[in-house]
Amino acid sequence: MREIKTDAIIDAVRQIAMEAATDLGEDVLAAIENAKKVEESPVGIDILNQIKENARIAATEKAPMCQDTGFAVLFVELGQDVRIVGGDFCEALNEGIRRGYKDGYLRKSVLGDPIERKNTGDNTPAIIHTEIVPGDKLKVTIAPKGGGSENMSEVKMLKPSDGIEGVKEFVVDKVLRSGGNPCPPVVIGVGIGGTFEKCAWLAKKALLRKLGQRHPNKFYADLEVELLEEINKLGIGPQGLGGRTTALDVHVEVFPCHIASLPAAVNTQCHAARHKEIVL
Amino acid sequence: MAEKKRITAPLTDEVVQDLKIGDNVLISGTIYTARDAAHKRLVELVDKGEQLPFDVKGQIIYFVGPTPAKPGEVIGSAGPTTSYRMNIYTPRLIAVGQKGMIGKGEMGPEVVAAMKKHKAVYLSAVGGAGALISRAITASEIVAYEDLGAEAIRKLTVKDFPVIVALDCHGGNLYSEGIAKYGVK
Ligand code: SF4
Repeated sequence: MREIKTDAIIDAVRQIAMEAATDLGEDVLAAIENAKKVEESPVGIDILNQIKENARIAATEKAPMCQDTGFAVLFVELGQDVRIVGGDFCEALNEGIRRGYKDGYLRKSVLGDPIERKNTGDNTPAIIHTEIVPGDKLKVTIAPKGGGSENMSEVKMLKPSDGIEGVKEFVVDKVLRSGGNPCPPVVIGVGIGGTFEKCAWLAKKALLRKLGQRHPNKFYADLEVELLEEINKLGIGPQGLGGRTTALDVHVEVFPCHIASLPAAVNTQCHAARHKEIVL
Repeated sequence: MAEKKRITAPLTDEVVQDLKIGDNVLISGTIYTARDAAHKRLVELVDKGEQLPFDVKGQIIYFVGPTPAKPGEVIGSAGPTTSYRMNIYTPRLIAVGQKGMIGKGEMGPEVVAAMKKHKAVYLSAVGGAGALISRAITASEIVAYEDLGAEAIRKLTVKDFPVIVALDCHGGNLYSEGIAKYGVK
């Protein structure tokens, strides 16, 4: 059994919370650069340039790239040979978020109750997805999620007879209906299969993959390419003001499902596709 | 890139009428911030016939909830939030004199109708460009609802604040025009 102290977890989470808000990944920057080459709309090109300039300012000045520094979504892979010592594991993750959002001057966007709507003041609780995996390491990935793009997400329980065509139609239609709301260019995470909640989780997990990386199964890799092409034919463009660049990428994740079901989920991610991971 | 139009806020009917969809605009002057919670309170005051915490006549309201300012900074990152959530409030404020909105994403037909009737304009800022946009904000002061934190109403002084005219007072709609122009059947 390897021991990991909660203090180390708090520090690690604090650090990735602050870094995620200010540093856009190289993969996203490269995708924006590529988009500029194919974009035909002058307004669209201007917006892509502003996004690039914004990322540069954010990284050099350590300023949040977007004012919506999101709900802190944490994907945790906990090695089965790890023993957490020094306190409550979930509380340590939340304390890391609390400190990161305070010390990083990040916006607190979490309400304690969805109806009463009073701010918790420290951006906790985080959303924590934990998987127990082999090994003696702890990996924490933060994917802060803004409300604008999260609101443009959906789960649909399709009929088995709807098949792959039904899935494609649902995904492309969802992007069309979202228009400029989720700050396009977007990244689209698609979950297919599982149960209702597993499918939504798959769609979110799909967003963690680096842009440009394809699904290992050729059928789904081809589906990703086809969906990306169809979405970019919509003409929504950067910020919804018209253009060729509606999505930077589409990632699909799949899971076995029930004989009666064909769940599909779209999790929409804005161009501020932030994530940072740390391994302890 | 086409010539940028420079305008001064608050706005007059003449300025609003001169703005057409697709125009690149730089705003200088004074604008006010408000999001969902602040809009709700403003409209409640309008309903009761009470005075608003600021004179809304001619004003641009920017839909934004900034990050906290670091020591020595005027404001934190301050990009637009999604506008459709204000669809139910904005027509009420346009009716009492508001002339402009800054946000992201399309606004609804009820807003477009009010914009045509009372002459108002909807401007899109680049969502997600909060660090860049905050450079155009030279002063910030909370004028109401401090209890709402990031959602408090702030009076901002801006210089060359970059926006694009997305919906104009003549019925022009850059969202549908964009899809018509760049969509592939
Ligand atoms: S959708 Fe993304 S980029 Fe747009 S405001 Fe929200 S967090 Fe920022």
